[in-house]
Amino acid sequence: MTQPLALRAEAENLASPLPPLLAEAEHLATTVLLGDHGRRRAGLGDTFWQFRPAQDHDEVRNIDWRRSARSDATFVQDKEWQIAQSVILWVDQAAAMRFASDDNLPTKAQRARTLALATAILLIRGGERVGLTGLRLPPKRGHAQLQQLATILSQDDDTDYGTPDAQGMLPHSRALFISDFLGDLAPFEAALTKAADRGVRGVLLQLLDPQEESFPFDGRTIFESMTGSLRHETLKAGDLRSRYLDRLAARKDHLRHLARTTGWQFTTHHSNAAPSLALLWLYQALERQT
Amino acid sequence: MWSIGPIGFAAPWLLLGLLTLPLLWLLLRAVPPAPIRRRFPGVALLLGLADEDSQSDRTPWWLLLLRLIAIAAVIVGFAGPVLNPKADNTGTGPLLIIADGTWADARDWQTRSDRIAALLNDAARQGRPAAIATLTNPPADVTFQSADAVAQRLPNLEPAPWEPTDTSWVSAIPEDFDTFWLSDGLDRESRAPLLAALESKGSVTVFQSPRQTFGLRPARFEDGEVRISATRTPIGNAVSTTVTAIGLDPAGIERPLAKATLDFDAGAPSTETALSLPPELRNRITRFELTGTRSAGAVSLVDDALRRREVALISGSGDAEGLELLSPLYYLREALAPTADLIDGTMEDILLANPDVIVLADVANLTAAEAEGIAIWIKKGGMLLRFAGPRLAASDIGRASEDQLLPVRLRDGGRSVGGAMSWGEPKTLAPFAEGSPFFGLPVPDDVTVNAQVMAQPDPTLAERVIAQLADGTPLVTRKTSGEGQVVLVHVTANAEWSTLPLSGLFVQMLERLAVSTRPATPAAGDLEGTIWLPQHHLDAFGRLSDASTEAGVTGELIATAIPGPDLHPGLYADEDQQLAINVIGPQTTLATAQWPARIPVEGLGVTQETPLKGVLLALAIGLLLIDVIASLAVGGRLRGPRADVAATIMLMFAFAGTPADAQNDDFAILATSEVVLGHVLTGDSQVDDIAAAGLVGLGNTLFRRTSIEPGPPIGVDLEQDELAFFPFLYWPITGDQTLPSRAAYAKLNRYLRTGGMILFDTRDADTARFGSSSPEGRKLQAIARSLDIPALEPIPNDHVLTRTFYLLQDYPGRYASRDVWVEAAPPGAELAEGMPFRNLNDGVTPVVIGGNDWAKAWAVDRLGNRMFPVGRGQAGERQREIAYRFGVNLIMHVLTGNYKSDQVHVPDLLDRLGQ
Repeated sequence: MTQPLALRAEAENLASPLPPLLAEAEHLATTVLLGDHGRRRAGLGDTFWQFRPAQDHDEVRNIDWRRSARSDATFVQDKEWQIAQSVILWVDQAAAMRFASDDNLPTKAQRARTLALATAILLIRGGERVGLTGLRLPPKRGHAQLQQLATILSQDDDTDYGTPDAQGMLPHSRALFISDFLGDLAPFEAALTKAADRGVRGVLLQLLDPQEESFPFDGRTIFESMTGSLRHETLKAGDLRSRYLDRLAARKDHLRHLARTTGWQFTTHHSNAAPSLALLWLYQALERQT
Repeated sequence: MWSIGPIGFAAPWLLLGLLTLPLLWLLLRAVPPAPIRRRFPGVALLLGLADEDSQSDRTPWWLLLLRLIAIAAVIVGFAGPVLNPKADNTGTGPLLIIADGTWADARDWQTRSDRIAALLNDAARQGRPAAIATLTNPPADVTFQSADAVAQRLPNLEPAPWEPTDTSWVSAIPEDFDTFWLSDGLDRESRAPLLAALESKGSVTVFQSPRQTFGLRPARFEDGEVRISATRTPIGNAVSTTVTAIGLDPAGIERPLAKATLDFDAGAPSTETALSLPPELRNRITRFELTGTRSAGAVSLVDDALRRREVALISGSGDAEGLELLSPLYYLREALAPTADLIDGTMEDILLANPDVIVLADVANLTAAEAEGIAIWIKKGGMLLRFAGPRLAASDIGRASEDQLLPVRLRDGGRSVGGAMSWGEPKTLAPFAEGSPFFGLPVPDDVTVNAQVMAQPDPTLAERVIAQLADGTPLVTRKTSGEGQVVLVHVTANAEWSTLPLSGLFVQMLERLAVSTRPATPAAGDLEGTIWLPQHHLDAFGRLSDASTEAGVTGELIATAIPGPDLHPGLYADEDQQLAINVIGPQTTLATAQWPARIPVEGLGVTQETPLKGVLLALAIGLLLIDVIASLAVGGRLRGPRADVAATIMLMFAFAGTPADAQNDDFAILATSEVVLGHVLTGDSQVDDIAAAGLVGLGNTLFRRTSIEPGPPIGVDLEQDELAFFPFLYWPITGDQTLPSRAAYAKLNRYLRTGGMILFDTRDADTARFGSSSPEGRKLQAIARSLDIPALEPIPNDHVLTRTFYLLQDYPGRYASRDVWVEAAPPGAELAEGMPFRNLNDGVTPVVIGGNDWAKAWAVDRLGNRMFPVGRGQAGERQREIAYRFGVNLIMHVLTGNYKSDQVHVPDLLDRLGQ
């Protein structure tokens, strides 16, 4: 039997990260200024973009006679391209992401959620549709979508390392994968290949704790994964440092190579760096592709 | 007790535990340091990485050594090591423990006492009966008792400041016994017979320490300086010691007056130094002491030998040039210079120097002030010696009535006999009458008098004449005045009127008159039949004690000058002279006692048993603490994610308690960066909150209306916080608050004395009048009982509080009682001219006492709303306003003091500016 008090506490505990997460993401999103013209190119849309001389293939009804009357040539009015793009997010919610080496640092998961949600906010403000992979949340726009995003992103996963879900990716949509990429890389490769097959382009953001980057350990140590399922005992942790760092670098290289071959973009962000840097990079990377 | 060298062990078997150390070494070496468990997501990258060094990570050898030393320290510590374990003196039969008990023992009497106690302790353990005695105070009969019982009498044993002489008591003891003899190390004649007597009774063991004994000989006065000499034994290397001259300062307080260094050359038995002191200082010296030595031999009392009378010489003929032999003072100078200190100068300076004698040679006219000064000086014991001369003869002082500075009335003119122009022979002196101070001095025939001033015959004349001429006319007259005396010699001080100054009689007369200083030590013949009263006694430790209640001693005994039980060293006095009996005489030499080879001589020192257990265990704990840090460092725990925590915890252990200072600094900075009103924390949180809110409200009002911009108020804990930062304290009284501690009272009183102000608020004006009719009132009385609070009065209408900022006549808070009390005005305050108030210029009242509950009237909450209602409606708001105004006035009064009170002078100041 569940104690009402405990239930309530649990529920509140569960609900508590949402408003702060949203607020934090909103706060982060305000650091990026959106221009008036989200696409800045001609296309289908409602708002005026530019007049251009009419070409042969332009239909006559497209000629803007008012403009053409002021000169001898005929002009066509271009509209700003306003087709919304779908962006699919995947944020690693596995246990490994819940690591923070210092009380003053956010956990990787927290940083990942904040970044993902902030990106979503920016994209939705920019008129895009944002959703999650794996049919959990199809791309939509609007504030309600943000709420749902926040809810789902706040959930934790009990597996040690996350595997991406390549399902539900709309063809030619955009994708954002945030993870520490410390687990098995095969699912990522599969997901990325599948995505590339469907013409999905995207961004890989590797989030690492500073300790994972520097390996500042020494002495006899038993390393355990966050759930405790993986463990490795060493007698001299200091001796492992260079080999660990080599492996980490190799992994990054591999990811970068994978991204290049599939047309994605890859970067590494550390949880002790300012989140706005990563957000700016994400926004630009996603916008470049849309 | 089993021992190695100077270290013994109480439980030596435990030392076998040390054998386990090698085993422990192997064990500790085999076990690697415990692993740290770390959560680390990057473990996936580590999987499959093998350690390069397949051998297990061993504890480094130095850490092992550290641990082994710690464990060894524990083992050795529990084995009960003792440094210098006591060796036992074994024996059977009665035991006599004697100490010389002389002044030479006094310096380390405690050591001797401890040694005797240790010996008695051993005797008690062995069941030997014992007796103790000092040779300087030999017991009437010796009875051997249980050593425990004897040990209780040990504190009674005291050294005496003289030499032991009587040894007959030893042979009077019936039984045989062994002897422990604690020698003072000085050789003396009585030693050999005593040793023989003791040896006839049993074995003798001597305890003697080889340290040096110093003796300070009496100081001498030679060639204008004080010569101090000291002797020592055994003669050793060069030693330097300080001798201090101690005496009364002008205020009558004993203090060191001078210091000199006595340098013993290597191999020299004695040394001497000279001290040149001004006579004023020298005459005040009461004793010399060797610094740092507690012994009668290191103290030398000073009697009259060093004291030289100060004589001031003043002559009337300051303008006479040349002809030194005709100077009125020439013969006086010659006669007095060897034995007295002469002072010249103006009369004022001389009176300030307070000499013993003032000599006025033919001085007739003194100013009234000088005469007055001299008269007072005489009454206090001075001696005025006047010589006649042409001026005195020509003047008219002491003619009509007796001058207070002349012993007799004088007739006009004087007389001249035996001159070229007069008839008759020059007069000679008559023999001195009995009762005259000159009685007994031989009168030489060649002393003649040619001229003299004549005394007016008076009824008192006969008793005032102390020397006369053959024809019965007075030559020297004297009268007493207060404690002093005035002496007139009816002739001149030079050879003009008589040949007296040329004769030896002149010098003797001056000496008899106590003008010059007497020779120091009276001859034995002089002492015969006299009784000397002890003034101070000197004990063996060199301490002076008052001995004025002791019986006098005969001069014969004094003449021997050998201290003994009948003649304590000290200061003795007869009528006009003081004599010091010192332990060390001028010729005393010290020698080291030599013992025959058959006598075992042991050192005196009781080597203190020092248990080393605590030290070793502390060492072990220290090493283990180091081991903790070292282990953390080796195990990698001093780096990595929790390093800061580990370091913090270790620092907290190492420097526990340091953050308090920082806290104090924060408090001080907080309290002093702005004007801060304080309120005393009563312990009742509701009252404290209201007080804080009240001060916030008052602070806001001050901020808005005046130039005082106080910071947020601070609650003051009387026991812990410094009060000096607060110009003003609001102290709400609750019935159940605790009284401040003694330290807090000291702080409060210092606060009140140095200008702080406390507003006591009993908060009961609605139910009680001023006084003890409420619990708060009674508590206030209890609190104030130990406070330094001046006399109080209800605020008078002209008190400066009524006008420091607002003009007020009421001081309401939440209640509007008029019972508000402040420091009472001084009784002499007058009404200022043209002003409706008195001149009350001084001081800020340190306390204001009332019960109007001001804090509630002032209190505002965080939003600035009034927290408590005051009165009813508009009138209530008016009352609150007045309460704020009272607060403003109060703080203004605290911060500006009597500034407003000074305004009473404004009309005067304006008036002056106008001119």
